[in-house]
Amino acid sequence: MSNLKPDELSRINYTPPEEDWMAVPVQMRKGMYCHGASENSLTTVGFPNPRKWSSADTDWKLPDNWQEIVLKGMAERLEKYRSFHIFMDICVRCGACADKCHFFLGTGDPKNMPVLRAELLRSVYRREFTTAGKILGKLSGSRQLTEDVLKEWWYYFFQCTECRRCSVFCPYGIDTAEITMIARELLNLLGLNIEWIAGPVANCYMKGNHLGLEPHTITSSIDFLLDEIEEVTGVKIEPTFNRKGAEILFVTPSGDLFADPGTYTCMGYLMLFHQLGLDYTWSTYASEGGNFGSFTSNEMGKRLNSKIYAEAKRLGVKWILGGECGHMWRVLNQYMDTWNGPADFLQVPVSPITGTVFENAASTKMVHISEFTADLLKHNKIEIDPSRNDHYKVTYHDSCNPSRGMGLLEEPRYIIKKVCNNFFEMPENTIREKTFCCGSGSGLNASEDMELRLRGGFPRANAVKHVHDKHGVNMLSCICAIDRAALTTLMDYWVPGVKVIGVTELLANAMKMKGENDRETDLRGEPLSGAQDGEEKEDSEDA
Amino acid sequence: MPDKSKIFFLLVIFLVIVTSPFIYNMVRTPAGVVVKLNTPVIDNMTVKQCILPKEQMIHDHMKILNSWRDDVVRGNHREFGKIDGVMYEKSLQLTCLHCHSNKSEFCDRCHTYASVSVYCWDCHVAQKENKL
Amino acid sequence: MKILLPFLGVIGIVLVAFVGVGLLNLQYLFGVIIPYTAFAVFLAGVVLRILKWGRSAVPFCIPTTVGQQKSFPWIKRNRFDNPSNNFEVIVRMALEVLLFRSLFSNTSTALKEDERRLVHQSSKWLWLGGLAFHWSFFIVLLRHFRLFMDPVPASLYLVESMDGFVQLGVPVLYWTGLILLISVTYLFIRRVVITNVRYISLPNDHFPLLLVLFIALTGLIMRYVLKVNVISVKAFTVGLFSLKPNLTQDLGLIFYIHLLLVSVLLAYFPFSKLMHSAGVFLSPTRNMPNNSRRIRHINPWNYPVKVHTYEEYENDFRDKMKTVGLPLEKE
Repeated sequence: MSNLKPDELSRINYTPPEEDWMAVPVQMRKGMYCHGASENSLTTVGFPNPRKWSSADTDWKLPDNWQEIVLKGMAERLEKYRSFHIFMDICVRCGACADKCHFFLGTGDPKNMPVLRAELLRSVYRREFTTAGKILGKLSGSRQLTEDVLKEWWYYFFQCTECRRCSVFCPYGIDTAEITMIARELLNLLGLNIEWIAGPVANCYMKGNHLGLEPHTITSSIDFLLDEIEEVTGVKIEPTFNRKGAEILFVTPSGDLFADPGTYTCMGYLMLFHQLGLDYTWSTYASEGGNFGSFTSNEMGKRLNSKIYAEAKRLGVKWILGGECGHMWRVLNQYMDTWNGPADFLQVPVSPITGTVFENAASTKMVHISEFTADLLKHNKIEIDPSRNDHYKVTYHDSCNPSRGMGLLEEPRYIIKKVCNNFFEMPENTIREKTFCCGSGSGLNASEDMELRLRGGFPRANAVKHVHDKHGVNMLSCICAIDRAALTTLMDYWVPGVKVIGVTELLANAMKMKGENDRETDLRGEPLSGAQDGEEKEDSEDA
Repeated sequence: MPDKSKIFFLLVIFLVIVTSPFIYNMVRTPAGVVVKLNTPVIDNMTVKQCILPKEQMIHDHMKILNSWRDDVVRGNHREFGKIDGVMYEKSLQLTCLHCHSNKSEFCDRCHTYASVSVYCWDCHVAQKENKL
Repeated sequence: MKILLPFLGVIGIVLVAFVGVGLLNLQYLFGVIIPYTAFAVFLAGVVLRILKWGRSAVPFCIPTTVGQQKSFPWIKRNRFDNPSNNFEVIVRMALEVLLFRSLFSNTSTALKEDERRLVHQSSKWLWLGGLAFHWSFFIVLLRHFRLFMDPVPASLYLVESMDGFVQLGVPVLYWTGLILLISVTYLFIRRVVITNVRYISLPNDHFPLLLVLFIALTGLIMRYVLKVNVISVKAFTVGLFSLKPNLTQDLGLIFYIHLLLVSVLLAYFPFSKLMHSAGVFLSPTRNMPNNSRRIRHINPWNYPVKVHTYEEYENDFRDKMKTVGLPLEKE
């Protein structure tokens, strides 16, 4: 946790320095960056230039021809990605994106303005790949690729969470996430990753999930959750693993198995599927919904993602259900089918409970748990007692990726409004497609960069504080595993008294189960307040 | 090229718009502009001259007419001055159109050519022209 | 320096025309050779740039979704901010290109120091200034076609009659000329005055604004102050646009200055950020439907990658899997 008090950390100066940004060399401030990738992690997945190094050192042990590698990498990607090519050329620097980035709002560092973050790369692009840059030199805003520039890239492209908020406001849709993804690919060509990403990638590659949970650990983690469920509800659940012939394969981020409050969401899944009598299975091989590979390179993302379809095919399921996770759904919605499809061995998903055909997932054959659940609630297939959530005053945080890389905005809200009585929206410009990042996405949720995370999460926390002060909100709901971990830290620091909860946990609290006892507590063991009276209230502020 | 046809379509639209003046002029063949001065009144003049030198009239006629309008309507100053002993009034109809009685071949030629919309005729009615 | 240099550049262009035509009498160079060259550079430059962009692949379907997706019929979706088919994409693009929809939703954020509160408010000045600038520039340009074409097509009269209805002296005052001057000045001042925007600005951002500012100024001076002989000008421009350059006309120095500034803008265009006008049509985050779960998007350079197969996984963990009773492919 940062040594600075919230009062001090929120004293932010948005005025840029006098000196031109190109003249200001990068200053790596402790607390604002992560440890460099270890030799081991890179070797495991066969990444180039694995070595012992530290970003704090002056010598980064780059290969002799590192410039050539980077420039060749850029040239290749300019042809492979029209997005990258266009975004390098057409920015007019209007400044609309400047105050949209949570890292800029939290740090005041001008290089965290999306436009300047992109200019870090653009300046080199102009010099090496454009006529104007070659003729006009510095006048055109171009510069040479030096080691200082490379270090600046590393520092600032690991200070972007690929949240796409800037892209919403850009008149040409320039997406810094896309630029950051390419920049990170280039850095990876030199072995310049961060360990918080490279480690989980290696884990996921070898063991099937980011946390590196081995098969027997996965089952025992779930066994532990099953005991908890039995304690709260009296219901005994027996899920299956790696079972051939199941109708549905369920994939969720491994973070949900590991630490609370994610584990409560996981308990929610288990309870829901049991109550429905769903013919589904977990997999220990494809035991990761998230994809830190996608924070590394397109190829690594594809390599990790391949397990989901491979496992679905091996087990012979009909379709795949995906849990609550942010970037996982960016990947599933916009990349998976292109990478590893066509999934012609699967069938168009149909809810076995309601008969609803998920036409919008006709090709990927993968359905979001909130879509699945919203459909159940719409058809009244679950008995709900929303008063069991009356001890919570809930607001909802849209995760960046499901909102701006998918458009999953109403489904979770529909569920929340069905399963709890006290729901309050945060201010309009901080939710839905304009939602603020938790500050820890895209693999930046380490502990050594805590100041960065707290600063980046400041705009989100600030909006939560608003509804906390105004309506007494004490629960921040979300549909993302990184959120559940990151927002908890964020709330403890900025808005003490607000806890974080997955939408499926809220659902499980309110869901009446066959053979359950009289529930006295919620899944967290906290006493229910409104279990007896169960009055209906209309507190929703939603427009 | 992945979406060749769409980009090709975009390019064709761009090229057509940008080169449209060239294409248009090629098809329509520009006629240029010729102003006719041979009205009966002018033909009968021994010295063919306007109230001011030709160059000044070409350059400033709109300013002159505009100030005449203000002088007459707002200030009631109607006299322009004597030239060779003849008094000329500040009047489009009595002075200008007296000699240039061929609006369609005099005024309109240039105005149409350069697409200049004048608002003289919002109030004034041009004399009926004799078809020659 | 970032502002001074582009300013001196534009002044330099004016001086070059002044000396070249006013003192050295190089009418043919400035009236024919340079404009034709600039036009050719513009045409070829833009086409080549678009073709170059077009050669780059679009490997993934990556629209930025700015509203509710299409999922169930009972959930109201946002068709034009999260399009699910090509028609909706066309509408989204049209709204973007014609009305600057993304900028319309712009906000500005301020930190209320006393209570440490971030306030995000709607901010439409940039949208308004940008829209006014682009539309007025477009209409001014369109109006110029009356000087390029002989006879003038009837459709151009409509543009004119809509544009010019203020009878303040002669000639008729065109709204758009005035709006162009005001909006380009606003965009320039904004770039200089707002500290963060000044900080991100390059000489390449100030230059085109100043260039357009001077083009507008010289144009307005020609029409309202010096009153160049429009008949001579048209005879000259029609000559240019009929590939029969005709330099017999008396055009005036100010016209040559205007013409050189425009030529520089044309030649500069394909090599600069001004290409955003074409690039916006090709932006993958805006011109694709969000339907990649329904219809598979094909990556033209997709290639097989090394993966860790289930078989390898089971080999790694067979014993551990056996102990907890997980099903195995090979015992």
